[in-house]
Amino acid sequence: MDSTLTKLMRDFPILDQKVNDERLVYLDNAATAQRPNQVIKALTHFYQTDNANVHRGVHTLAERATADYEDARRKVQKFINAPEPEEVIFTKGCTDGLNLVASTYGEANIKKGDEIVISIMEHHSNLIPWQQLAIRKGATLKYIHLTDDGELDLDEAKTLITDKTKIVAVAHASNVLGTVNPIKQLAQIAHQHGAIFVGDGAQAVPHMPVDVQDLDVDFYAFSGHKMMGPTGIGILYGKRELLEAMPPYQYGGEMIGFVHQQESTWAELPYKFEAGTQNIAGAVGLGAAVDYLNAIGMSAVQAHEQQLVNYLLPKLEAIDGVQVYGPQDPAKHTGVIAFNLENLHPHDVATALDMEGVAVRAGHHCAQPLMEYLGLTATARASLYLYNTQADADRLLVAIQETKEFFNHGSRETK
Amino acid sequence: MGLEKLNNLYREVILDHSDHPHHKHALPDATHKITLKNPTCGDVINLDIELDDQDKIKDIGFTGDGCTISQSSASMMTDAVMGKSKEEALHMAKTFSDMVMGKKHPQADLDQLQDAAILSNIMTFPARIKCATLSWWALQRALLKQPDGSVDDDQEKEE
Repeated sequence: MDSTLTKLMRDFPILDQKVNDERLVYLDNAATAQRPNQVIKALTHFYQTDNANVHRGVHTLAERATADYEDARRKVQKFINAPEPEEVIFTKGCTDGLNLVASTYGEANIKKGDEIVISIMEHHSNLIPWQQLAIRKGATLKYIHLTDDGELDLDEAKTLITDKTKIVAVAHASNVLGTVNPIKQLAQIAHQHGAIFVGDGAQAVPHMPVDVQDLDVDFYAFSGHKMMGPTGIGILYGKRELLEAMPPYQYGGEMIGFVHQQESTWAELPYKFEAGTQNIAGAVGLGAAVDYLNAIGMSAVQAHEQQLVNYLLPKLEAIDGVQVYGPQDPAKHTGVIAFNLENLHPHDVATALDMEGVAVRAGHHCAQPLMEYLGLTATARASLYLYNTQADADRLLVAIQETKEFFNHGSRETK
Repeated sequence: MGLEKLNNLYREVILDHSDHPHHKHALPDATHKITLKNPTCGDVINLDIELDDQDKIKDIGFTGDGCTISQSSASMMTDAVMGKSKEEALHMAKTFSDMVMGKKHPQADLDQLQDAAILSNIMTFPARIKCATLSWWALQRALLKQPDGSVDDDQEKEE
């Protein structure tokens, strides 16, 4: 596996550089992944040979661009096992997809007194759209909390989701705690009560096999850039009957059937939700990222990351003064590892690690309610991907030790 | 390179201030109060200032939570402006924000900042400039009383 992955690293020119005179160790993949040459080349190829606006064009380039764009849609459809390509909508990203559902399905179906259930570990993008929808409609927003081990409390979920619940929206994988949530079960519970289930797949689709039919989710959103595609492109999957019944998200070009002076009709799926010229090259790049991931295999990607977590997590937890959040059992932890060093602010930790060439994130990770719930203002976060190696994990561990020593020497108190 | 470069950022004096921050407490008789947040990291500073009837800073204190840089910067700021007039304090805040952006200033201005002048090194760590300036922004905004974001230094109202 590791020899294959050493070869993989050659596909990522950006990883072959020094940062602050040290070899770059990129561990900020939960924020955005790096792009392989294959994706960069697909973008360049599209712009150099096929670029035109899609659909309705009669000329050859327009036909090619349309074919490229629709091929990308079908690649994504197969990748997540969506029943039909029309159920795969191109968006700006995961945030855009979740906002789309809240402003169309939510706007049309939520009434005063209804309940929306989300979890305390949601990223702001799967929290604020529902919070604001609840405020607009006079609905109630309810939160599923965590077990002591940092996992979603499924028992609480079972009591919170009732016949009053209209929408349940939960992340498939947490961007802070490194947990994978039982969204298949949550979707089932939601359906038993006549509610729909919306999955935030931003931290799941890049890292594990995802089958939207098996999960039986009603909507599922994710971003291209976290799975090595370009920024500014994402996907919203939705069940056809729901998408058909929903009003459009935005109005304008491309999304219409007929437009008269006083009324209009809407295009068929998926174009009803793709108003204006879309990020065509972004879609093509995302298609190339899907090809790249398929060539490796999502099970292999998942196994590699799990192997790295199994190696890294116990060693990290063993460092005196390091607190790791979320499940302490590596088998239950994804490659997203939030941690703090005792008596040190995560921003100071991240700056020190950067001086060692190790890129991690520090802050609230767009999950302020979770931070508040955990009694934290911020954490550092290392997040792994398929091109990270055991050597990277070792570099992180050494850099954390050195950071500790740096701040504990001199005038700093050791408490 | 490794961590040696960190010494430029985390000088002894900075670590001293963050370990033993000066004036880290709320003021019972504050005439000016403000809470500022650094939205990128969630750091918070609550700054209390007590001006006397001649507009001099009679007392100043802060509370809140933040990284080494923001805590030590707040500590050094309170040292530097204690006893200064409102006008002097505002001038110092301007000097500080210019300094961290790399603008030249007369040595006398920099001397007035006392320990805080050491944070000129923050320039080489662009991601951390906001940490250093948070307390100085708080000072400036508290003294200018601009809850709506507009500058109004002609009239002061009691909190």
